[in-house]
Amino acid sequence: MNTSVVLAGITFKNPVTTASGTFGSGMEYGEYIDLSKLGAVTTKGVASIPWPGNPTPRVAETYGGMLNAIGLQNPGMEVFIQRDIPFLRKYDTKIIVNVVGKTTEDYCDVVERLSDQDVDMLEINISCPNVKEGGIAFGQDAKNVETITKELKKRAKQPIIMKLSPNVTDITEMARAAEAGGADALSLINTLTGMKIDIHKRAFLLANKTGGLSGPAIRPVAVRMVYQVANAVKLPIIGMGGIMNAEDALEFIMAGASMVAVGTANFINPKAALNVVEGINDYMNQYGIKDIHDLIGCVK
Amino acid sequence: MTVAVKQRVKVANQKRIAEGIYSIWLLAPEIAGAAMPGQFISLYSRDGSRLLPRPISICEIDRIHGRIRLVYRVAGKGTLEFSKLKENDSLEVMGPIGNGFTLEGKKAILIGGGIGIPPMLELAKQLTIPKVMVLGYRDITFLEDEFSAFGDVFVSTEDGSRGTKGNVLDAIRENGIEADIIFACGPTPMLRGIKAYAAEKGIVAQLSLEERMACGVGACLGCVCKSKETDHHTNVKNKRVCKDGPVFYAEEVEL
Repeated sequence: MNTSVVLAGITFKNPVTTASGTFGSGMEYGEYIDLSKLGAVTTKGVASIPWPGNPTPRVAETYGGMLNAIGLQNPGMEVFIQRDIPFLRKYDTKIIVNVVGKTTEDYCDVVERLSDQDVDMLEINISCPNVKEGGIAFGQDAKNVETITKELKKRAKQPIIMKLSPNVTDITEMARAAEAGGADALSLINTLTGMKIDIHKRAFLLANKTGGLSGPAIRPVAVRMVYQVANAVKLPIIGMGGIMNAEDALEFIMAGASMVAVGTANFINPKAALNVVEGINDYMNQYGIKDIHDLIGCVK
Repeated sequence: MTVAVKQRVKVANQKRIAEGIYSIWLLAPEIAGAAMPGQFISLYSRDGSRLLPRPISICEIDRIHGRIRLVYRVAGKGTLEFSKLKENDSLEVMGPIGNGFTLEGKKAILIGGGIGIPPMLELAKQLTIPKVMVLGYRDITFLEDEFSAFGDVFVSTEDGSRGTKGNVLDAIRENGIEADIIFACGPTPMLRGIKAYAAEKGIVAQLSLEERMACGVGACLGCVCKSKETDHHTNVKNKRVCKDGPVFYAEEVEL
């Protein structure tokens, strides 16, 4: 049985990784699971300098999901390079580093600094507000998506995954823009912007007012978007959005994702990503499927 | 430190001890064996629409019988679900989580505010130095009598229906309570007041903080508090309440 997949020339032993921001750099969950059993670990977003993130409350539960407004708190690329890359390299898994920034220059700094580092792929979070463009997210304007992809491709030594925002009218437009800019792969979806109000306090639940909605509540939207994008571009896709178990993951794979990422489910079960790996194997055994590629995009 | 495992445990018993306040004993030998005062456990809902674990502090540890006690307030649908659990029912939990209190000092004041009172009970049991308890309530009191076995208990209520009218610091001042260390758990405004009081008196204070959490293992950075120094893990002035806390020395954190 073959569960390995190749994205942009990088071979992953299985099609399961973690969704950025839900797994740190693997240190905490590494106490619960063997990280070597994952196809890849996708790290929390790394910026050029440390980011302190947003005020609390940063998280709120919603029906079948949760909102987060962590504000991309991260220790900055130097600490990440010194501490987190060597930690992850101890495991037999691929490293996908998620990159964040407030300006195109910020992203370029991180991508350049990582270019000679021992990591396998870079995933670019373009849902960050572009402070030079009045705060509209990079990923909400097709021209910006193409431009930033091109800029990063000039500097990156590793293949680049552009992580698409679902907070757009037509996600295929953004996917095509990333493809035109030279992206090697796409990942989707990032969280959907949401809001929760505490009616007893008559106040926003999150200090940031809005936050990113994740969890099973968003899964059907995510599956639909993966399907649309898979039919719009030739790039390989990492699908994510509310995957709780292998059944959910298989929906994404059948919709056209070559890999899947487990996110919010980690918070409910530290072994969630591992359970997805095992569950995909069980499904393939059950139906006598010899190669995962027979499932990727099999629903037309 | 051993890693907490998510596991299904049985309910030994549960009763309502005050309006909206429940006391539950769980049969959890591993947790009871490892737990320290001031730690908490994550409780998971059976309803898939409620994803996130509810962090609840450990009120008592019974190592002999392999049980832990939680005393909690029904604050929403998740805790409402837990309040309906009966003997032999089971639920999923993970713990013990967090650092817990450090047992130290020569004479202590244990301060609990509202639903921050329960974790002080196990601390009162394990802390062998002379101590007094100061418990702050809005109006209805609970657990008060259970503390009296461990020292003098002073109470404050916001409405003055029992003890000192006002807050825990009013009760401390009114009764002339002195100590060289404070252990406290309660709402942030109370902890802020205690931090200032401890600084003024030049005494040590260990504060147990509360914050909305998601993962409960230190990965998501949802439950941070502001720290005085740059934290070694996060490389910014934030500490994780679930992993680095919930107990911090007052001077470590900005409230």
